[in-house]
Amino acid sequence: MIIARVIGEVVATRKHASHEGRKALLVQPLTLEGGDRGDAVVALDWVDAGVGDQVLLVQEGWSAMTVVERPASPIDMAVVAVVDAVELG
Amino acid sequence: MLLGRVMGRVWATAKEPSLDGCKLLLVQPVTPSGKDKGKPLVAIDAVGAGAGELVYWCRGRESSLAFDPPGMTPSDAAVVAIVDSITTT
Repeated sequence: MIIARVIGEVVATRKHASHEGRKALLVQPLTLEGGDRGDAVVALDWVDAGVGDQVLLVQEGWSAMTVVERPASPIDMAVVAVVDAVELG
Repeated sequence: MLLGRVMGRVWATAKEPSLDGCKLLLVQPVTPSGKDKGKPLVAIDAVGAGAGELVYWCRGRESSLAFDPPGMTPSDAAVVAIVDSITTT
């Protein structure tokens, strides 16, 4: 997983049936210093995360589709935790 | 999943039979602000998207799960939603 920040909610009326009923979040991967790391991605939400939350992002398909309870679906990323704190050292 | 803009269509008469009936879209990956990012690619359409539309697309073998029978279409990218809007509050 990687640490990321939710920066938006993606509204889509027409989407694959497996994505219905799941919130799609725009998520910005972060460096440990809190800066942007690459480009934002779209992930389905499993923990009711909201804009501004720091989260754990899974970028592996089987895990992502399984956690959002949509097995065998075209889903490659999911938000699986809201991060409370990161402790170094 | 990643954001992209549909640039156009790709037509292919001679193709693997499981691709029959599949609409092939030329997709330019974009940032949330709409800027081009990286190189265009061909993705199979799962939602009826057309040129000019902002979409998000699924990468990898998971993309082939969007089509019937799931997992049997040779695909590494599928357009799985048409983005209406992105809310950031």
